Amino acid sequence: MPINYYLFLAIALFSIGVVGVLTRRNAIIIFMCIELMLNAVNLLLVAFSKMHYNQAAATAIPVANPGIDGQLFVFFIMVAAAAEVSVGLAIIVMLYRNIHSVDINFLNRLKH
Amino acid sequence: MHSSFQLAFLIPLLPLIGCLINGLGRNWLSKQWSGLIGSGTVLGSFLISLLVFQTVETGQDAVIAYFDFIRVEGLHIPFAFQLDALSSLFLLIITSIGFLIHVYSIAYMHQESSSSFARYFSYLNLFVFSMLLLVLGGNYVVMFIGWEGVGLCSYLLIGFWFKNLESTKAANKAFIMNRIGDLAFLLAIFWLIIKTGSASFLEVFDFIQANGGTVKFSATDITVVTLLLFIGATGKSAQLPLYTWLPDAMAGPTPVSALIHAATMVTAGIYMIARSNVIYSLAPFTMSLISWVGLATAFLAATIALQQFDIKKVLAYSIVSQLGFIFLALGSGAYIAAVFHVFTQAFFNALLFLGSGSVIHAMGGEQDIRKMGGLSGKLKITYFTFMIGCLAIAGLPPLSGFFSKDAILLSAFLHQPLQYGLALFTAFLTAFYMFRLLFLTFHGSFRGTAAQQAHLHESPALMTVPLILLALLSVVGGWIGIPSVLIHDADRLGTFLSPVVGPMLHEVSHATKWVLMTVSAGGVLLTLGFAGYRFSNYSATESKGIFRFFEHKWYVDQLYEHVVGKPITYMSRLLNEWVEPRLIDALVNRVGRSVQLAGKQIRFLQSGKIGSYVLLMVLAMVTVLLVQFFIRK
Repeated sequence: MPINYYLFLAIALFSIGVVGVLTRRNAIIIFMCIELMLNAVNLLLVAFSKMHYNQAAATAIPVANPGIDGQLFVFFIMVAAAAEVSVGLAIIVMLYRNIHSVDINFLNRLKH
Repeated sequence: MHSSFQLAFLIPLLPLIGCLINGLGRNWLSKQWSGLIGSGTVLGSFLISLLVFQTVETGQDAVIAYFDFIRVEGLHIPFAFQLDALSSLFLLIITSIGFLIHVYSIAYMHQESSSSFARYFSYLNLFVFSMLLLVLGGNYVVMFIGWEGVGLCSYLLIGFWFKNLESTKAANKAFIMNRIGDLAFLLAIFWLIIKTGSASFLEVFDFIQANGGTVKFSATDITVVTLLLFIGATGKSAQLPLYTWLPDAMAGPTPVSALIHAATMVTAGIYMIARSNVIYSLAPFTMSLISWVGLATAFLAATIALQQFDIKKVLAYSIVSQLGFIFLALGSGAYIAAVFHVFTQAFFNALLFLGSGSVIHAMGGEQDIRKMGGLSGKLKITYFTFMIGCLAIAGLPPLSGFFSKDAILLSAFLHQPLQYGLALFTAFLTAFYMFRLLFLTFHGSFRGTAAQQAHLHESPALMTVPLILLALLSVVGGWIGIPSVLIHDADRLGTFLSPVVGPMLHEVSHATKWVLMTVSAGGVLLTLGFAGYRFSNYSATESKGIFRFFEHKWYVDQLYEHVVGKPITYMSRLLNEWVEPRLIDALVNRVGRSVQLAGKQIRFLQSGKIGSYVLLMVLAMVTVLLVQFFIRK
């Protein structure tokens, strides 16, 4: 399958995530959109990794495990995302306890 | 090197140790201990000075370098002491009078709290230390350290009662006036170092003797250096035009006036010029200037002293006048006569000041002689010692003042007869105002309040014993310099000092000397008689005409106030009221206000809404990406 399909899918996912973050007010949905963006990036990394592997195999140059660093990055991102989820969800829970809402526009008190 | 010279470093060190102990331990030391430490250390210095003096008398001298003070390329200034006839004589004057005044102070300052009592002795010791450093220094730089040190101590001690605004002002005045002279002294040192490459007395004098008048050290150099040194001396030794600080310095405790402003510090300038006599003897213009300035100061101060009513002010002007005499002698090239008068005046001036302190003590702080009178009955010892002081300063034979003043008059006579006439007249004035003071204070009837009369008492032994000792020294102090016309080979001082300052020039016949001596002694006697007749029954009258002018001190303070003080005040006011708010403040405030204004515009971006932040972030990122994309292309 050509790389273009993966790219378009990743762009679509990323744009959905950005628009979601910009337009929605519910903190949980924003959170989900952030995850969406992260996964769009993951998808890209995996796709390019596969592409590099195929190209290396076609030229038959002996390269040990071509494209593997892209996949490695995906694991890093997943770990970071998992950590972020735990922190982020905890913040949202505390938010709800304090203002009984998850609407981020209630939180415009940063300026004071 | 003689063994007594090896102890020389202890002479200034002991008072410094005393200063540190008293200064640091002032909250723990009792009054007895501070007094004991203060005077004990000076006594130690005195004993070592005696040893050094005896060694010097046998004809030895030395320059002892202890460590490098400044060592850079092309300039080496060691921390050195010079022990010779001149410095050892000054050592004796400083430590002996210093010791007596320390002892006197124990009784005089007994009303102070123990911490300020210790502070007083700490300052006094620091002063003795600085003064000893000044006379011991083997080069101009070490001398300058002591020079500044005595200025500082003078400031601290004049302002000792710093809660009194008067004292603080007087202290500031003394310090600032002295700074003017110090600046000139410093410039002279720089000049000497640049031209001769050294600051050591011996090297500088050798260089100038070898190269004086040549390209290496031209006549201009000599004149400028001597003038600058002389300006330095006018500040410290209270000569025209910088003398006005000294009468005001009497705001300090009386023993301080006796030690610093009568006996020792004010002679620093004289010491410096006598030390630099090699340079001065090559500068005839400066010499004649010095003699005229000295004479003018002596005359001016004597006329002012005629009309003062504060006992200490009279004495202060008499000091200024005596110092003027000494400068007259310096200017006439009679260094021995000058040092001789320093020696004798130190005793009788310290005596007079301590005597006045005893009077003030008995009067409960009253200093106005119009309110005294008839004290001779109650204060017998003070009266007799004070009278001896008056007779000595008036120059009545055979007291010390006679011989030294006679030597000065003789040198003036040789130098210029006109100066001799004026100096003789001033000497008579001296006798007159001193006896006016004596009669107003001790004779006639008491003019103070009844409470003061009841309080009158003779001072304790700690105060009277120094008075008696100083009176004794005022009598016999002149006998070390009896001119050869009276007793052959009795001029021991001249013989002693001549290796350092050159021999005294006597090219007059014995007959002339006899005439001069008779004239001055007879004149003084006549003046004394006149003063006694005039003031034995004093009643206060308004002074008129020229005497009013004298009473207001020739309006010199007012003149300085208008010529120097007022312009500076106006200038400061201009700077304060116009330049500061309109220029400097305006600039600074504009900068601040423009930042505030800019901030007011930009603060709306900081709305606090997360959505808008994120939108801006995304837009910025997209812009960056687009810009990069198109630029790549």
